[in-house]
Amino acid sequence: MSMRSALGRVRGLGSAKSGTGHWWSQRLSAIALVPLTLWFIGSVVVLAGASHAEIAAWISSPFVASLLLLLVATTFYHSYLGLQVVIEDYVHGEAIKVATLIVVQGASIFLALAGMVSVLMLLFGN
Amino acid sequence: MRGHERPLSPHLQIYRPQITSVLSILHRLTGVALAFGALVLVYWLAAAASGPAAFESAQWLIGSFIGRLFLFGWTFALFYHFCNGIRHLAWDAGWGFELEQARRTGLLVVAASAVLTLAVWIAGYWAMGGR
Repeated sequence: MSMRSALGRVRGLGSAKSGTGHWWSQRLSAIALVPLTLWFIGSVVVLAGASHAEIAAWISSPFVASLLLLLVATTFYHSYLGLQVVIEDYVHGEAIKVATLIVVQGASIFLALAGMVSVLMLLFGN
Repeated sequence: MRGHERPLSPHLQIYRPQITSVLSILHRLTGVALAFGALVLVYWLAAAASGPAAFESAQWLIGSFIGRLFLFGWTFALFYHFCNGIRHLAWDAGWGFELEQARRTGLLVVAASAVLTLAVWIAGYWAMGGR
């Protein structure tokens, strides 16, 4: 007979109280980054040494702009999830750990936003 | 219970490194390095959004010797994290846990990362030459 309460079994959150949400998000974002990264590397190779006009013309396509927005958002989401685990593993003081997590999360959100706004400026600037 | 009879977790200074443990910590290290590499992606996009002059200086900085050195390191880190990430996804699906498989896929990941890094840089220089 299980020692777990009926409510605990339904919630399925386990002893860490957060369930499999973090793990699953990390895998899904990893899978999304497989095609996005391959596309981006291929594009960078083709665009090596390109002028500003060539880059602007490239981003002016709605498909390119959408893929770039997805790439930036998914990259910072995936990297935050990874950095979070690294910080939780190696930063031991509770106060400094929480402070580091807040700073890294804030920086990740800001950088993702800055990258996405830049793509939109290039898209609508044309 | 007496504490000294409990098994200790492996101590890094005396524990012989194995391909599985070395590649595991390398996955973390490349992940952290790539988080910093993502800064350059944002810098590059923001420079392009700011206009031709800002983009010109960003291209100069990224294209400098030091810039290319970092970019080369990030390319390898990206391919390593990419290939080893797929190895991790295979483990998540329950495949490749035999020691010999884990050793062989590890070597494959390192070889593939090196080949892909060189291939991308050769292709990049070739594309630049055509400009």
